[in-house]
Amino acid sequence: MSTQTEYLAGPGGPRDAAPPASRGGFQFGDPIFRVIATACGLAVAVAMVGLTVVLIVNSWPAITALGTKVLTTVEWSPGQGKYGALTALAGTFLSTLVAMVIAVPLALVVALLLVELVHPKVARVIGTTIEMLAAIPSIIFGMVGIFVVVPFVQDKLYPWILNTPLGDLPGIRPGPTNVGGGVSIFSAGIVLAFMILPFITAVSRDVLSMVPQVTKEAGYGMGSTTSEVLGKISLRYANSGIVGAMFIGLGRAIGETMAVAFLIGSVYDKLPHSLFDPGVSIASLIANTFAEATDKIQKSALIELGLILFVITVFFQILAQMWLRRVQKTTGGRA
Amino acid sequence: MSSIAPSAPGVVMRRRSSVRRKAADLVIKVLSWVGAVIGIAVMGLMVWEVVVRGAAALNWDFFTKSMPQDFTVTSGYGMANAIVGTLVITFFAALIGIPVGFLGGVYLAEFGRNGRVATSVRGIANVVMGVPSIIVGVFAYAILVKPFGHYSGIAGSVALAFIMLPVMARTTEDILNLVPNELRESGLAMGAPRWRVTLGVVCRAARGGLITGATLAVVRVAGETAPLLFTALASPYWLSGLFGPSGFFGGPTANLTKTMWDYMQSPYDYLIQLAWGAALVIIIAVLGMNILVRLVFQRGQKW
Repeated sequence: MSTQTEYLAGPGGPRDAAPPASRGGFQFGDPIFRVIATACGLAVAVAMVGLTVVLIVNSWPAITALGTKVLTTVEWSPGQGKYGALTALAGTFLSTLVAMVIAVPLALVVALLLVELVHPKVARVIGTTIEMLAAIPSIIFGMVGIFVVVPFVQDKLYPWILNTPLGDLPGIRPGPTNVGGGVSIFSAGIVLAFMILPFITAVSRDVLSMVPQVTKEAGYGMGSTTSEVLGKISLRYANSGIVGAMFIGLGRAIGETMAVAFLIGSVYDKLPHSLFDPGVSIASLIANTFAEATDKIQKSALIELGLILFVITVFFQILAQMWLRRVQKTTGGRA
Repeated sequence: MSSIAPSAPGVVMRRRSSVRRKAADLVIKVLSWVGAVIGIAVMGLMVWEVVVRGAAALNWDFFTKSMPQDFTVTSGYGMANAIVGTLVITFFAALIGIPVGFLGGVYLAEFGRNGRVATSVRGIANVVMGVPSIIVGVFAYAILVKPFGHYSGIAGSVALAFIMLPVMARTTEDILNLVPNELRESGLAMGAPRWRVTLGVVCRAARGGLITGATLAVVRVAGETAPLLFTALASPYWLSGLFGPSGFFGGPTANLTKTMWDYMQSPYDYLIQLAWGAALVIIIAVLGMNILVRLVFQRGQKW
């Protein structure tokens, strides 16, 4: 957008001088159109504000009645009036952690392949296929997870891990709530990893392709191998952008609902001792119990959990946006 | 190979064996390919599992009969009412989300540009796109279910429209930004008012991209489950009319995704089979539309 055309957007531009004759004397088309479009643009902001206000208002009864107990106690059993969400917070955190540990390296090597190693046409086919993972609805990930991931972890992976020295480590060896390792935080994390893979891959690919060709060529000119150019030039040039990509993935993983709800189990009142123990995440706790919640405080407490989840995801989204914008400025490309 | 490059005093250049460097190179390349193969294999596995398990459920009854009300049955029912319900819920979501999102995108690209308001709206839209869909469901519950005292299909539509809104606005903006300014200038030079230039020239030039964006936004929400859990709920009955307990505005509305969620948690094989059938229908629709719009509108698309 060059400066010579900036006047198009500004007031007093040619649209004010446009002859209305051809419109049969009707001159209000432009202002009306402008007002409607602006209103629709503002609708996005209004929706966001409305969402925030509604969440706060509806969680207020729980906030006043329960105070900090929601964030400091472990047990969630509405029947006894206990609303501690630490178990759900732990489940959310741990399943996201597992997902990130799997998805980030995977996304990184795939992005490297797409940008540096294969012909653009091949990259397009591979890239589109992995992008399609983002189009599959969450609930179908959950269903396939139940039928594929759960039996795999329960019958093969977890018994195998338990037989290695790793099996004795705290965090791996089964805790009191363990049901065989299939229905567990770990299984939820695996499925989450492939749900966020396309998002992290797409952003990493964009930032990697921002690395100037001449810089890479300079590396090859020095006699570097492909892996040296990748590691010492591309990754170093793009590392802050890749951090932004991780935030995007993190924000997605934290709020994922349906797939996690299928796989993580439904233990609301005991902290998991191990990644292979069942648990619950904030989103899956809401999905599982909100509709059946009859108690006013219970519903309000669930909305409060929604508010907490909302604040966390918005925080990561804003962090990612600001981070990526800064990267874009310093590297001069388009993220 | 034999001579060492001159370096600054004090800097010791370490010679590394070229075998090791080449090995590292190979490892990176192999790892990259392994990563890509894993990604593609997972995609293939997803489709394979759904096709194999879903195909057994798809028959004439599936598309023509409604859901069973007695859960112990083992044949003779279908998901036709849920398919209709999902289509209606998605249609109303599109009816709200597409025009508002489109015009919001027009505002960002044509009027607001880099002004302070537009920049904020753009930032907020990006953030709203990352809000978990379950929270949007809770929001719709609080404003459309709780005050009226009953679940309704329209509450589900509003939740889905909320999710579509920022996607539609940002896609529209991105696509309109690709249209060269000369086109706007020539339209204005012809004496056409701004709104006609925007709709008749700019949007017309970008129609392929706009249709692609709108279709993908609709398809994306069509497979959502979480926003429907506490809004449209589910129902074994056919949607009948707009009002009343089985109407779109008046009561729970049958839909595919929430029904899949319920059926997968049931102990009955037949219901689980129906759920896989529904999954197959959704995956065919979602992937089919994705591929279709890419083929039809992005071939030969200049902008």
